[in-house]
Amino acid sequence: MPTMNMLQAINNALDMAMASDERVICFGEDVGTFGGVFRATSHLQERYGKARCFNTPLVEQGIVGFANGLAAQGAVPIAEIQFADYIFPAFDQLVNETAKFRYRSGNLFNVAGLTIRAPYGGGISGGLYHSQSPEAYFTHTPGLKIVVPRNPYQAKGLLLASIRDANPVLFFEPKRLYRAATGEVPDADYQLPLGNAEILKEGNDVTVLGWGAQMTMIEAAVEMVENEGVSCEVIDLRTLLPWDVDTVAESVFKTGRLVITHEAPLTGGFAGEIAATIQERCFLYLESPIARVAGLDTPFPLTLEKEYMPDQWKLHDAIKASIEF
Amino acid sequence: MSSTAKSNVVNVLEFLDGDEYRLPTFALLDQEGVLYPGIDAPSLERDKALHIYRAMVFTRVLDERMMAAQRQGRLSFYLQCTGEEAAVIGATAALDDSDMIMAQYREQGALAYRGFSIDEFMNQLFGNDLDYGRGRQMPIHYGSAELHYMTISSPLATQIPQATGYAYGQKLAGEGHCTITFFGEGAASEGDFHAALNMATVHRVPVIFFCRNNGYAISTPAIEQYAADGVAPRAFGYRMHVVRVDGNDVLAVHEATREARRLAVEHHHPVLIEAMTYRLAAHSSSDDPSGYRSRKEEEAWRVKDPIRRMKRWLIDRSWWSEDEENELLERYRRDVLESMKRAEKRPPPPLESLVSDVYDEVPLRLQEQFDALEAHIRRYPEQYPRGARSLGIDNTDEPQGRT
Ligand SMILES: Cc1ncc(C[n+]2csc(CCOP(=O)(O)OP(=O)(O)O)c2C)c(N)n1
Repeated sequence: MPTMNMLQAINNALDMAMASDERVICFGEDVGTFGGVFRATSHLQERYGKARCFNTPLVEQGIVGFANGLAAQGAVPIAEIQFADYIFPAFDQLVNETAKFRYRSGNLFNVAGLTIRAPYGGGISGGLYHSQSPEAYFTHTPGLKIVVPRNPYQAKGLLLASIRDANPVLFFEPKRLYRAATGEVPDADYQLPLGNAEILKEGNDVTVLGWGAQMTMIEAAVEMVENEGVSCEVIDLRTLLPWDVDTVAESVFKTGRLVITHEAPLTGGFAGEIAATIQERCFLYLESPIARVAGLDTPFPLTLEKEYMPDQWKLHDAIKASIEF
Repeated sequence: MSSTAKSNVVNVLEFLDGDEYRLPTFALLDQEGVLYPGIDAPSLERDKALHIYRAMVFTRVLDERMMAAQRQGRLSFYLQCTGEEAAVIGATAALDDSDMIMAQYREQGALAYRGFSIDEFMNQLFGNDLDYGRGRQMPIHYGSAELHYMTISSPLATQIPQATGYAYGQKLAGEGHCTITFFGEGAASEGDFHAALNMATVHRVPVIFFCRNNGYAISTPAIEQYAADGVAPRAFGYRMHVVRVDGNDVLAVHEATREARRLAVEHHHPVLIEAMTYRLAAHSSSDDPSGYRSRKEEEAWRVKDPIRRMKRWLIDRSWWSEDEENELLERYRRDVLESMKRAEKRPPPPLESLVSDVYDEVPLRLQEQFDALEAHIRRYPEQYPRGARSLGIDNTDEPQGRT
């Protein structure tokens, strides 16, 4: 099996999607000749021509509006937003249009084929506007699916599933891991299910939940606490909307404890929704308050980024506090 | 009632594509830096001309040194103005020093012209304790209230409608000031650009929209950005005054902006200026242009270097000499290096800067988060050298890393 980094796996998935369905079209700022500023769309224009892979003018509301129309016509658009921080000019198109196309028309029309890809997250010295994790703005929007992969294998399988899913999908890519995460990725065409969390490691004392780049922080923290005798169950949520309540609740029935982490600010973050739902389901089984390890309630900083990040040491302490409650 | 201007009735069907509105390019200096024959020498006196020229040379030196520093790993990011110094500085020099500047990010020359000190540049670039932006933004996101230069924001084009609003406030204040906003031809594709121009003519706002058409938006060539004759003809759609100018001709840029300012301030006519230029350097330190354009194309534009052209004009008038040039270059290079060393050594901003300025005061909930963070850093000082330094914890003897 070949080894790929996350960008190569994403490029491979896009290539496969374009090869297997000629309705698949990739576009966005700099995605054409250049192959995207991160090179996720490298060689696609060469292989499939300018009509199916092209640069757009620099206008995000245009990119997503165009993608909505193209999807309504029956094509399978994959639009790239260069950084998740720059998705906001397209907020209206996503929230009022993409998410509501099917509902408002009684499914006379829909944008089933649409996928929006956007790199998100910090840890790259990007400061305020190249670091944000905007998922929670969109988890508040019924009609969208939201998917976040944690490694190259997951990225390929989840992206192919997103492209072929009969709903619009926002696919947030952890750019800190674009080149840092490498792993075996099958050459074959495969899909991983949307809406299913994955248990990465079974354990008894506490459930630790995250998605995307935070899974590397969880991995490091779990290694530390396990050396101190704590048994952790680790879950990657993978799809944030609609999310897999059953898998998380089953785990918490067993462990009685839950620690959730994301990079986005604490207040209004998706961990709050998970905590509320799990305490409803598992109230009598909980041994300690559900803990959230998240970004501060501030914009994303630069010089003090390390201090801001919800890292393995903060997770370590939160897990220990949950156990010792 | 029709709200369009009185429209004649015709009985012959004809569609128009606006092709008759091709705009010429205003220029005073030829490619060599010699005034076109038969035109009057522009009204740029010696002191001002030299002020402009020094700012252009300084900007070039700063860019060269800081890009080199970025390559050495001393800086996380850098972005050059190279090739566009005449456009940015020629325009700035045509304004009143207290007119507002709302720039995109490639306009460090405007700050240099207004007297932003080398140390002020360096403190921002290194995000140290003296950075006005408190180390929160990436390098090159300068700002100066004193010099009327709005702090840079990375999301493109957001400053353009803000400039319209700022200038409307200036009009109401009645002190005769205007706002200039700079942006690339790429950013001009954003909806914000169109909103800004429309509101400016509807409300007759003293604002100058200055488009640096440098041929590229990262890798995207201008021909893939628009199908029209550049950005300038869009002004007609909003009934706005417009001029296209050779952006590498400092005299033409200065003259055009001076007149634009007069129209804006005296007649409340907003103006669009499209300066045709070329981004001679990479988009930024993260970019490699060899993936999307040829060396040959770059070389053709290097010949039109705006600094070379202005220098020739100055020397022809005996306002400048090679000796003065060499002395100036040497001084700037030395000053930049010395300032860089000072800025690098300074401490990071204090830990409190993480939570200040989110609001006028730190809300209780955020204060709790901050207190928890401080306690955490005290438990793991070796993991957070900057935070620990700010808290006065000497962790030089601590073992590095825990896992
Ligand atoms: C809203 C938004 N979208 C995308 C980006 C990413 N981006 C940064 S610079 C740039 C190109 C800008 O080109 P142009 O406006 O022509 O200015 P130039 O860099 O050529 O000076 C892009 C796409 C951004 N900063 N903001």
